[in-house]
Amino acid sequence: MAHARHGSADTMARGLGWFSIALGMAELAMPRTLTRSLGMQGSERLMSSYGLREVATGIGILCARDPTPWVWGRVAGDALDLGTLATALDGDNPRRENAGLAFATVLGATALDVICATSLSRKNRRRVRVRDYSDRSGLPRPAAEMRGAARGFDVPADMRTPEPLRPYGVG
Amino acid sequence: MRALCWHGKKDIRCDTVPDPKIEDPRDAIVKVTSCAICGSDLHLYDGFIPGMETGDIIGHEFMGEVVEVGSGNGKLKVGDRVVVPFTICCGECEQCRRGYYSVCERSNPNKSIADKVFGHSPAGLFGYTHLTGGYPGGQAEYVRVPYADIAPVKVPDGMTDEQVLFLGDILPTGWQAAVQCDIQPTDTVAIWGAGPVGQFAIRSAILLGAKQVIAIDRVPERLGMARAGGAITINFEEESVLERLKDLTDGKGPEKCIDAVGMEAHATSTLDAMYDRAKQAVMAETDRPHVLREMMYVCRPAGTLSVPGVYAGLDDKIPMGAFMNKGLTMRTGQTHVNRWTDDLLRRIQEGQIDPSFVITHTVGLEDGPAMYKTFRDKQDGCVKVVLKP
Repeated sequence: MAHARHGSADTMARGLGWFSIALGMAELAMPRTLTRSLGMQGSERLMSSYGLREVATGIGILCARDPTPWVWGRVAGDALDLGTLATALDGDNPRRENAGLAFATVLGATALDVICATSLSRKNRRRVRVRDYSDRSGLPRPAAEMRGAARGFDVPADMRTPEPLRPYGVG
Repeated sequence: MRALCWHGKKDIRCDTVPDPKIEDPRDAIVKVTSCAICGSDLHLYDGFIPGMETGDIIGHEFMGEVVEVGSGNGKLKVGDRVVVPFTICCGECEQCRRGYYSVCERSNPNKSIADKVFGHSPAGLFGYTHLTGGYPGGQAEYVRVPYADIAPVKVPDGMTDEQVLFLGDILPTGWQAAVQCDIQPTDTVAIWGAGPVGQFAIRSAILLGAKQVIAIDRVPERLGMARAGGAITINFEEESVLERLKDLTDGKGPEKCIDAVGMEAHATSTLDAMYDRAKQAVMAETDRPHVLREMMYVCRPAGTLSVPGVYAGLDDKIPMGAFMNKGLTMRTGQTHVNRWTDDLLRRIQEGQIDPSFVITHTVGLEDGPAMYKTFRDKQDGCVKVVLKP
């Protein structure tokens, strides 16, 4: 049994994969700028680790034959991001407006991630029967019996292994 | 007439276009009865081949009935059934006389552009990039065949389209891939890609007497078809290609390796695949040469690499150290189709092989655009699509 591919969900997953890598690179490249703009000074290491997570998830989505678990991984990461951003929403944070904006953006991304992950999961449940081509040999007799049927074919001189390079005792 | 035309990446349409006309006394016009979508057409579909123009008629695997012949063509007559090789050759230049039809020196009218890209121009090709002439292709109701007194193969009475159609490309391509390995009875031949060319390479290697033929792919239907043809199979998504090849060759590696994949390798979860995709995305690399790298690494020293898979331009991180130090030989190129057609036609007539086994889908020309997607995504067990204009 094999999974059928589902064009739009796969395309969306690829888009999320690239987005993940881009966001992760930004978090890795300028953790100080980002934490400052969110009023979360002192969380630079946390920001960098989130960046690493984003890059790894993005690569996973782009390289895996089935990106479904990686997209669900993004959903889990979103939950982590939302939890972290929630701590920056309290009244003492002078940059809480920025944090609120970031929270809303992550919320939107989470919705996209959930839509993508559920449609990929749904696709995976719709399994397609693998066609049986075991009778399509194209040969008149079993392959074992046809082995060497064209052995008399005269390989052109320009495609032959030069005589001095042939293994000893062969041809 | 109706024809499948390229309008950009993933945009193939069935358009109405002007009928072709005789332009040279050696030409013929062929009314297409069957044509096919080739794996290399997918490189056009995916937008990886430079030099395409909107409205180009695509397709290079076709056959049909001659309906008009130029005044200087002494080989064909109206009513002949012919299969037309995908490489266009004049039959007179130095390369053609040596049997190197796919690098004919005269059939590419855009030779000067190809010279700049490749150093020297290959032959003109039907329905491909303007780098190889921009000739209107065969996924159409009618085709103008240049130099039609040279390459077209006349079909003997009583043979079906399905039996002979693939003489124009994929059967001789798989055959040449195996022949240029110079297979010995002690050889293990490993073949990457169990698409149509890979399937014919498998059967060719078996017929030429390889001790062991191993096919590498991930699509269950294709692996099943490969086993039917006598191959041992490796699903690269489920097991390590390197380890399995090692096991199957007592740790020595296959003597002969065939790349029937080319520039769009779908390796999963490997670092080099990730690297290629990233570089290709930013247009810093044209091809994804995972198979070339794997073949160079795994091939037995003093072995041969045969590359019928299509590559377009620049490839990165090729392990030349392994290639050089192991003393490997690489043979590649577009297929010199006419070098093999007489022999292969005889083998079909004698029943040694029936190429129709590879056909999984037959549809009308109007369904062609949808079938490009089906074929590309390997949906519905699709291995080979034949179109009936």
